[in-house]
Amino acid sequence: MRDGALPAAPAIALDGVSVRFMSERGSVTALQNISFAVPEGGFVTLLGPSGCGKSTLLRVVADIIAPSLGSVRVLGAAPAEARRRREIGFVFQDATLLPWRTVLENVRLPMQVGGGTRAASGGRGPEELLALVGLAGWEKALPRELSGGMRQRVSIARALLGGPKILLMDEPFGALDEITRDRLNEELLGIWRETGTTILFVTHSIHEAAYLGQLVLMLAARPGRVRELIPVDLPEPRHLAMRETAGFVALAARLRAVLETC
Amino acid sequence: MDVMVPSVTLDRSVDAWQAAQRWARWKRRLLPLAGAFSLLFLWWALVTVFDVKPFIAPAPQVVAATLIQKYDVLLSNLLPTAIEAVSGFVAGNLAAIAIATLFVHRKSVEMAFFPIVVLINSIPVVAKAPILILLLGNGMAPKIAIAAVICLFPTLVNMVRGLEAVSPQALELMHVLSASKWEIFIRLRLQSSVPYLFAALKIAASASVVGAIVGEWIGSQQGIGALIIQATYNFDSALLYATVVCGSTFSVLFFLTIRLLERLCGRWTQI
Repeated sequence: MRDGALPAAPAIALDGVSVRFMSERGSVTALQNISFAVPEGGFVTLLGPSGCGKSTLLRVVADIIAPSLGSVRVLGAAPAEARRRREIGFVFQDATLLPWRTVLENVRLPMQVGGGTRAASGGRGPEELLALVGLAGWEKALPRELSGGMRQRVSIARALLGGPKILLMDEPFGALDEITRDRLNEELLGIWRETGTTILFVTHSIHEAAYLGQLVLMLAARPGRVRELIPVDLPEPRHLAMRETAGFVALAARLRAVLETC
Repeated sequence: MDVMVPSVTLDRSVDAWQAAQRWARWKRRLLPLAGAFSLLFLWWALVTVFDVKPFIAPAPQVVAATLIQKYDVLLSNLLPTAIEAVSGFVAGNLAAIAIATLFVHRKSVEMAFFPIVVLINSIPVVAKAPILILLLGNGMAPKIAIAAVICLFPTLVNMVRGLEAVSPQALELMHVLSASKWEIFIRLRLQSSVPYLFAALKIAASASVVGAIVGEWIGSQQGIGALIIQATYNFDSALLYATVVCGSTFSVLFFLTIRLLERLCGRWTQI
């Protein structure tokens, strides 16, 4: 169903978005004239050199940063509206768990703030989500008892609570070792297929961008702007062994070539 | 069978290690006691050898005897001091937490008033005490106020730091969840300030006792501070020493109570 042709209705649409930060040394243009759309149910990876504004772009979609220019629509509404309706789940680079709460209490946080008691009625329950990310039986553990990979699984379960239509992920596996990262990449694809969530995923890894995304959005740095949109023509469903195939190697080489010109 | 040999060797080394651990544990308990007793002995020896007059410095056994004989006088004077210290501790810390909450949410208030708090804190207690006694009279109120003022500063400074010790990402998370300022305060800021709060409360516990005693020095008929002054004027050095022992024992117990509360309250602080 999500294979091949992408559905038309965009879940996220940016049109001419610019973000400027003011500082004592003058203004810095973090993003310049960004226009792109993420189709509903799509998986788009954001790739670019450091300082290209990938994280800023994600924060514009999540209504954490307001754009200086241009328009952002999330599921046809303003980002603030989508945020209030709990259409957006956000996964940060570090898991950002509250250390005094158990795993289960951390996953429940979205139900306890921001009118979440009503918003979280849809979708799977906290226990079910913990099982989905492979942490059944760890409900009572404290974050400090978990490995980095497990903490990030908890934060993914938390982001999925209430069944958001969009998942924004900011280099979620960037701090993990390669073995854990591979496993989590594979599991994330499983979750994506199972939940049908639209995912916008920031990474600085070429392999991750190519392996996960249906579309790679390449950004150039200083100022951050769209360099190229590269469709990923790999068969679905993806699996890790695919990274040895000629098609994947050629794609990775092409991504690297484009990245070097950014 | 010779497979057994290395395992026996291992067991022996485990035994030796455990014995060393046990001995280390006993050393940790016994050495402080040994230190205290050796100093008591030195005190006794100095008083005896140099034949120090009892009104200048009493021998330790005389102080111990006074502690037992006059325990009713000591306890009836400790009670008001304890009430003043604990009331001041509660009032001062509650005020500090309230002011810190205001400072964190209204930066302009912090900018306007924090320098004044620093200024007031820089005035020595012995200078603040007469001012408060003139304002509040001769009862318990000024002593409670002095204890409260002493507690206020460390807790205020630590609490502001604690309430702000929230990672930017945690704040972004709360924003994405559309949490209100109140929810952020209750679910995030208050919780992450707990370790900072207890660090301040442990300082405040001892400081509040000092505040109450200083307040009693300046004008009071009862309390540990008043008894210290009386005993000094009467050259009753044994009572003076016994009073000091009584006051500091209370201070240590107060401190230990706060530390116990911290242990019960903050399992996440011991990372």
